[in-house]
Amino acid sequence: MSEFLQHLINMLVLGGTYALLGIGLTLIFGIMNVVNFTHGVLYTFGAYVMFIVVHQLGVNFFVALPLAVVAGWLLGAAIELTLLRPLRGSDIDTTMLVMIGAWIAMQSGTLWIWGGVAKSVSTPFPEAPLVLGPVSVSWLRLFVLAAAALLIVVTYLLINRTKLGCAMRATFQDQDTASLMGVNVDLIYTSTFAIGSSLAAAAGALLGPVYVIFPQMGDLAAVKAFAIVILGGLGNITGAVIGGFILALAEELGAGYVSSGYRDAMGFLIIIAVLIFKPTGLFARSERVG
Amino acid sequence: MKLAVTILTIAALASVPLWLRDPYLMNALITTGIFIIGAMSLNLLLGFTGQLSLGHIAFFGIGAYVSALTSLGFDVGLPGGFRIVHEPWPPAVGFVLAIIVAGLCGYLVGLLSFRVRGAYFVIVTISFAEVVRLVALNWVELTQGPLALTNIPSITIGLPALGSLTLRTKLQNYYLVLAVAVATYLLISRLVHSHFGRAMRGLMENETLAVSVGIDVTKTLTLAAVISAGIAGAAGSLYAHYIRIIDPEVFAFINTVTMVIMVITGGKGSLAGPVVGGLIFGLLPVFLRPIMAPEAQWIAYGGVLIVILFVLPRGIVPSLAQRWAKWRSRPHAAGAVSFSERDVKENA
Repeated sequence: MSEFLQHLINMLVLGGTYALLGIGLTLIFGIMNVVNFTHGVLYTFGAYVMFIVVHQLGVNFFVALPLAVVAGWLLGAAIELTLLRPLRGSDIDTTMLVMIGAWIAMQSGTLWIWGGVAKSVSTPFPEAPLVLGPVSVSWLRLFVLAAAALLIVVTYLLINRTKLGCAMRATFQDQDTASLMGVNVDLIYTSTFAIGSSLAAAAGALLGPVYVIFPQMGDLAAVKAFAIVILGGLGNITGAVIGGFILALAEELGAGYVSSGYRDAMGFLIIIAVLIFKPTGLFARSERVG
Repeated sequence: MKLAVTILTIAALASVPLWLRDPYLMNALITTGIFIIGAMSLNLLLGFTGQLSLGHIAFFGIGAYVSALTSLGFDVGLPGGFRIVHEPWPPAVGFVLAIIVAGLCGYLVGLLSFRVRGAYFVIVTISFAEVVRLVALNWVELTQGPLALTNIPSITIGLPALGSLTLRTKLQNYYLVLAVAVATYLLISRLVHSHFGRAMRGLMENETLAVSVGIDVTKTLTLAAVISAGIAGAAGSLYAHYIRIIDPEVFAFINTVTMVIMVITGGKGSLAGPVVGGLIFGLLPVFLRPIMAPEAQWIAYGGVLIVILFVLPRGIVPSLAQRWAKWRSRPHAAGAVSFSERDVKENA
């Protein structure tokens, strides 16, 4: 029983960051119809920004986190402006392949600059975990969960309570009508991609210090993000949050009770199962954001 | 004209070992040839049905593992106390089994994923490849996991007059790969120009219209997936018996991407496209190697993919064919222009 409780605690921590990854991708996939293969690279990028800012510039951990988010935002906006804007209107395969090219180039760039050796980011949190009866959880993981929850709430409010969010939802529902109503669709696309990218970078910046960081760390993160998006339904933020926790639960239980070697297979099996039995996702009401 | 170009190309490729003595280059040509066979099979799906399979390496890897395990033999326990003991069979049998098993997997993926199209199809195929990779990594009793299957025997072929011949040298493997590549090219060429091929392209260009004239979507697409997967399995088998060591890294996503780059740059939906794209991207690392670090080569790889998509979105072969057709038909406006337009004329 205590083992199961421990799995639940781990699930909460993992699920929070998975939800961030999923929200970022569901916005991009849902609004822009771009299969964003650079999502994993942005995740890696966030973790490396943490490493650079904390270790090479010697900045405080808590200052580095928002910097990583901003850096992810900027890189996302740059990718959208240079690669996606000129290809607007071309078919989904073309943009997907361009994103694959960008992913290969950026990941190899990371490998070239920092090498393939895994690095760790030191944190100001105490080594000793917080012990609550039969379960224990490190302070760092608790902080990660809290920060992820905060970012999820902020994104939710941004999409549902602000004018920008309203314009994003309108663009998702009907691009032409939104454009006629005076929505600057180009600006919405750039903002969407930048927000989605900054969330991926935030997930990497939070989860990077928990594990170790290496150039290929984003590959699995990207596929997990796809699993979450498919699980939660395209463009559905609440679905992405629930999907993130379901994936984390499946991974924890799979690793704990089946075989740790198949932990990472859970995401893929979920994708295949959902697409066979309920291709619209588990929580699809109608196709809309929010 | 087209036939003459094909025969001349085959003759030129067949003459390569006569003047090329460098073993490193020969090795690059053989592995490139194997990947071109894989790329041709991918082109059958991507170029003629419009379905982008980003898990294509799964069929290649399954072919490699099936062929290697058939010729090495194995002894695995199954749940419930059963054991499967398999004595080694000749590699040629492995080659055939590789095609059959990969084709069956293609059937399953085809059945599952043609329910979903576009981006979802892509994600299903990636997931399929990753699950297969994780099985290869974790089912250690069968696959040796990360320790790899080693000492895979070379392919032996029986010749009528000369007895049996084991293909060990690079020269022999080069001709084997060339023969399989030419056979694949001819097979796909026949397929594409058959009734089935027109059905595939009809579906790609206008599905509603194709269905309305009686084309069975599921049957056509599944058959294309089976044939494509079978050919990729054959390529995987050649790879296993040439390299003679197979580990789960064969399923790496980057290998699928390499095939996709070959098809896209060469020109999807063109028979010669994967060959041209394959020769360029298969041999590019050979020429980049002396001047660039391996990571920088991959940056260049990604960059070239982006540039080609921006500059020649239809690929090298169709773009050149269009220029050539334009140049030839300068005095009169009539002349073959693009693939689809030409077909419209043929069918009219």
